[in-house]
Amino acid sequence: MSESIENPEEKCYNKKDLVFYRIYDRKEWFKVEFIEQLINGLNLGSIYALMALGYTMVYGIAKMLNFAHGDIIMVGAYTLSVAVSSLKFPPALAIIVSMAVCSLLGVVVEKIAYKPLRNASPLTVLITAIGVSYFLQSLALLIFGSNQRKVESVISVKPMKIGSIDITGESAVTIGVTIIIMICLTLFINKTKTGRAMLAVSEDKGAAQLMGVNVNKTISITFAIGSALAAVAGVLFTSSYGFVGPYTGSLPGIKAFVAAVLGGIGSVPGAMLGGILLGIIESLAKAYISTQLADAIVFGVLIVVLLVKPTGLLGKKRMEKV
Amino acid sequence: MALLEVKNLGITFGGLRAVDDFSFNVEKGQLYGLIGPNGAGKTTVFNMLTGVYKPTAGGFTLDGENLTGKPPIEINRKGIARTFQNIRLFKALTVADNVKVGLHNGKKYTIAEGILRLPRFFKEERELDDRAMELLKVFGLEGERDVIASNLPYGKQRKLEIARALATNPKLLLLDEPAAGMNPNETAELMDTIRFVRDNFDMTILLIEHDMKLVSGICEEVSVLNFGQELAQGVTSEVLNDPKVITAYLGE
Amino acid sequence: MKKHLKKIITVCAVIAIYFIIFALVKTGVLTRHYQSLLVPVGINIILAVSLNLTVGFLGELTLGHAGFMSVGAYAGCLFSVYCDLPVWIEFPLAIIIGGVVASIFGIIIGIPALRLKGDYLAIVTLAFGEIIRSVITNLDFLGGAGGLKGISKYKDTMSGFTIVFIVLVLTIVIIRNLVHSRHGRAICSIRDNVIAAESVGINVVFYKLLAFVSAAFFAGAAGVLYGHNLGILKPGTFDFNKSIEILVIVVLGGMGNIVGSIISAIIITLLPEVLRGLDNYRLLIYAVVLIAMMLLNNNPKFNALKDRIKNRGKVQTDAKEAE
Repeated sequence: MSESIENPEEKCYNKKDLVFYRIYDRKEWFKVEFIEQLINGLNLGSIYALMALGYTMVYGIAKMLNFAHGDIIMVGAYTLSVAVSSLKFPPALAIIVSMAVCSLLGVVVEKIAYKPLRNASPLTVLITAIGVSYFLQSLALLIFGSNQRKVESVISVKPMKIGSIDITGESAVTIGVTIIIMICLTLFINKTKTGRAMLAVSEDKGAAQLMGVNVNKTISITFAIGSALAAVAGVLFTSSYGFVGPYTGSLPGIKAFVAAVLGGIGSVPGAMLGGILLGIIESLAKAYISTQLADAIVFGVLIVVLLVKPTGLLGKKRMEKV
Repeated sequence: MALLEVKNLGITFGGLRAVDDFSFNVEKGQLYGLIGPNGAGKTTVFNMLTGVYKPTAGGFTLDGENLTGKPPIEINRKGIARTFQNIRLFKALTVADNVKVGLHNGKKYTIAEGILRLPRFFKEERELDDRAMELLKVFGLEGERDVIASNLPYGKQRKLEIARALATNPKLLLLDEPAAGMNPNETAELMDTIRFVRDNFDMTILLIEHDMKLVSGICEEVSVLNFGQELAQGVTSEVLNDPKVITAYLGE
Repeated sequence: MKKHLKKIITVCAVIAIYFIIFALVKTGVLTRHYQSLLVPVGINIILAVSLNLTVGFLGELTLGHAGFMSVGAYAGCLFSVYCDLPVWIEFPLAIIIGGVVASIFGIIIGIPALRLKGDYLAIVTLAFGEIIRSVITNLDFLGGAGGLKGISKYKDTMSGFTIVFIVLVLTIVIIRNLVHSRHGRAICSIRDNVIAAESVGINVVFYKLLAFVSAAFFAGAAGVLYGHNLGILKPGTFDFNKSIEILVIVVLGGMGNIVGSIISAIIITLLPEVLRGLDNYRLLIYAVVLIAMMLLNNNPKFNALKDRIKNRGKVQTDAKEAE
């Protein structure tokens, strides 16, 4: 106060300078913050995308909503945690074990619970999937208890700094791994015989069978791949967040499901796009609007998209023949 | 003035011209046939006449009223009812209830009257029962009134569909391959039924059929569609002997 | 004549059930613990029967029933917290307000959402339910995450049960009468074949909305009953797991089967309590039972057996009638 009275001119100059500097700083800060949030979003979105792939592939082939898919990531995370901290496996092996366990689980669940219901109403299958979800959750609850278990990050990449932007090792690895997986999966589906069999089965199960495609095997492979991807998602998810509990997979599962529907369920590129978009929207909503309303915003976006484009962003429109 | 006047009707699906510049008139009380090889666009014409598809060119009038592009519900209320090539019954409902759904718009009692079971509910439900039985009798289905529709044999399902369409009290009845999958005996019986419906219900009927015996047996006039375009039109016996038509069916 | 007799028997049975439970409570045969379950069982029956209207009769899968329940619960309970009328006016009014507000939400959500089909409708209703929950958590005047407190509770077990029983019977009668009327047939025809329904002039949009909104109404009313039972409302209780729980009840009871929904609601609500001694295993058992039920119901051999048993019963009654 007294200063400004003593030397108003200087204060004025200083103030101007300060304001100018501040604006510059805020702009820069905003930019950095925004990009960091974007990277956060990409990180989260990658995990959603990996899970959404599982939903969408299974939906495309078995025409069912695999509600238990979210819980597979929980299983993957627990397996990893046990392998690393109790069995002292090296991280790479632990990840492979985790993927193998999840793949096996996916295939077994399909054989026991979903296969007998192939001609049942979609609702019956949905309820069964919900039952499987409860089953996996309560099994985890029995084995590991209700407390969250700490998982050490298996990603030993150091944080990096590009310009003034900080990127954690986990984010970099998650985004990188997801990109590689997406490329491989796209190649696999379009270039290999098995991949094309999957496309054929999703188009028309009966016709595919007549063309000599082994439908049962194709469905098993789809579940195996989807579950392995969920395991990867589980590993990446717990690496970023550090904990796993019996219900860890529940909400991310629902959101990944939302991502799959957003992109157009049944469409592989759609799941990737939907997942990434959802992650970015969620991160930005958390940073700039409200942490608590972020989920509502995510769901709101889904509703708006579906109302404008009822089959999702990249979903195919099917017309019923009259 | 004809009951149904179709003028220059056309529709394209993503560049494919499914029906093109198709015109015909159906007089009141007539039995009119729409024939042509598979994929000629006959069912598409039906879909346009019932509002399932919106025509992209031309239009049609019923009793002088332009109904082109109106939604199916409105078209039905204005007096066009139909059956489907691939039978579309209300599978889990009983035979009687299928017909009663068709009678739905003929009754007036409100939701509240229904829930509170007020007198009008009982009165109109009794009328519904009676009317449904009358219609079922026409098709020899009175014995199966409480059977679940999906449990009916195929031929009876087709008949039930006609009964349901008639229940909406239409001016024009569209039958999409009513004899499909029937044996000669059933077809002959069906011909009698269709004639009976036309005479006793004062009905105008437009039908799609591949069974030439049925077409020549009951249709007074026919139009032939081929690749979405009109090939021939006129009195049934003449059209069916037209070399152009025979070629279209049998090839060169 | 036979019809009237059936009606009279049903009415007598309903009254008898009420008094039997009344007697069981008064004599203390029903332990305190089971007495406390009477209201939740009733609420779940209301929820299941109303959801059956959309899922079973209309044939549209919705996963947002808990959302409507919460909207109704908050609206009705807020009314009774801030309103000071005699109980016998205030309480029915609160239930109606809860129902009406829930149906208004039903209209708002239904008009856009019902254009979608199948799984898409399911996910959108789930999304709406979650949005409602998030928003309620963020509204301070509704108590936020801490919950809406100070809701007057039922005087005692019996008064709570009596109110729930009345609402329950009304719900069942209204839904049953709706289903067995021309409007109900229209709703079922949409489930069986939309295109055919339109072709006979059924206003599909209207009847879809009617079923959806009616279901929302009763869910809202059930919410009000729920709030007054606990005296507190927390947004967390109304998440998608609650919606799924009700859906499970409906599917287990049989789609489009009101009696089935009632029985199934009773069993599913009591099952965790019966299994209480097994503690951690009860969720596991519940899951296994659920999967097994679904698999059994779709097992051709099991269904053949079921049909045989059913037919045997039928033949016997037929024979009796012939006599």
